[in-house]
Amino acid sequence: MNPPRWAYWIMLPLAVLVWALTAAVLDTALLPTPAIVLESFWQSVQTGDMQYHLGVTLRRVIISFVLAMTLGTLLGIWMGRSLLANALLDPLLVLFLNLPALVVIILLYVWFGLVETAAVMAVVINKVPNVAVTVREGARSLDGRLEQMARVYRFSHWQRAVHVWVPQLFPYMMAATRGGLALIWKIVLVVELLGRSDGIGFQLHMAFQVFDVASILAYSLAFIAVVQLIELALLQPLERKASRWRTAGMHHA
Amino acid sequence: MLELRIDGIAAGHPVLGEIFVQVDAGDRICLLGPSGVGKTTLLNGIAGLDRRLTGEMIRTQPGLRIGYLFQEHRLLPWRTVRQNLLLVGASPREVDRLLEQVGLGGAGDVLPDQLSLGMARRAALARCLAIKPDLLLLDEPFASLDPDRADELRALISTLLDDYPAMAMICVTHDPRDADRLANRLWYLDGVPARLQWDDPLTASATAESLTLRLRALAGPA
Repeated sequence: MNPPRWAYWIMLPLAVLVWALTAAVLDTALLPTPAIVLESFWQSVQTGDMQYHLGVTLRRVIISFVLAMTLGTLLGIWMGRSLLANALLDPLLVLFLNLPALVVIILLYVWFGLVETAAVMAVVINKVPNVAVTVREGARSLDGRLEQMARVYRFSHWQRAVHVWVPQLFPYMMAATRGGLALIWKIVLVVELLGRSDGIGFQLHMAFQVFDVASILAYSLAFIAVVQLIELALLQPLERKASRWRTAGMHHA
Repeated sequence: MLELRIDGIAAGHPVLGEIFVQVDAGDRICLLGPSGVGKTTLLNGIAGLDRRLTGEMIRTQPGLRIGYLFQEHRLLPWRTVRQNLLLVGASPREVDRLLEQVGLGGAGDVLPDQLSLGMARRAALARCLAIKPDLLLLDEPFASLDPDRADELRALISTLLDDYPAMAMICVTHDPRDADRLANRLWYLDGVPARLQWDDPLTASATAESLTLRLRALAGPA
């Protein structure tokens, strides 16, 4: 049973309405109205600041994301398939899962300086354990019967990875991607705030110093919109396409 | 083609008795035995799929190709039937011919789970043939099919065996009539731990009834 389409369009407009009313009643610079935020957004678009900093942050998010997904997936498969690897690495994984993002960021900046590599590395180190844990679950649930089939029919390592493993791991990688994108961009902002001189995190830092709440909201909402766009335009169609076979059994030829 | 001694010890536990397996080109073997005795384990041992099983490969034909029809179709459910056959190395033209041969001419672009059980099994059989096997392993190919579908599949396999005279076959079944129809040699697996109680060539005079009688005689005192 699908919920009616309008159900998706209730809460957000309602939230904006509540926000607008509250701001109008309080009438303070610390809670600007939606109109003021929109104006602030438009101003920074016209100066080009919005596009520039959005672009810089997006680039960091994409680089960290690709690195974290690749490393985390490989680590997860290895730990899910090999009991020895799991026994060796699991304590480390627990350590890193519980290491606060802030600590990793500070340590890397202290050790490597306020450089781009340290920033990206900090984000990757924060995200890899999450991806590894999720993909490990997937690797543990790989169908042994299909493994046997692949052995009998002498699949190459490549064929086995692409045609047997990836389709089975796909839902897990999708879960890691979904959570990953949201987590990564939040960490990227902290990294930028602490040690970069561009990006949305840096802009937030500047706005914070002069209590420019309108800018803070404008930048945040702009990036939320970008992430949502990636989700709608890229992730959801990909997921629909890749999971079409799952419903095949329901309508026999 | 293949000579193999299986210790029957897996990870320190006996799962089978010591079994000596010898298969030659053109052998059509039916492997009979009570359910749960280890027929599939033996088949997996022959296919080299059970890593826990120890044993000794005495002689094997270099590059021996084994086509294995598992009890489930074990086609990749996210690839079409055609893609599944192409993946094991068949050419597009061969795929069309094979699908035609097993009676699935129009079903190449369908996903395996969209097929009925009998059709999926025939698709999996086409994949076995796609690698041009020297040895065909069939694990209960007629199980859970309704009698008509089972008879169709029996007829199909019988025709295929005529088409590939050099191909050897080992077919797990518990129906002596399959032995009558498809086999020229009979293995009977029984006992604790399970051993091959017979390894008999079947003569033309063997009929399903006489086989059933022999099986009963064998199973009786045990």
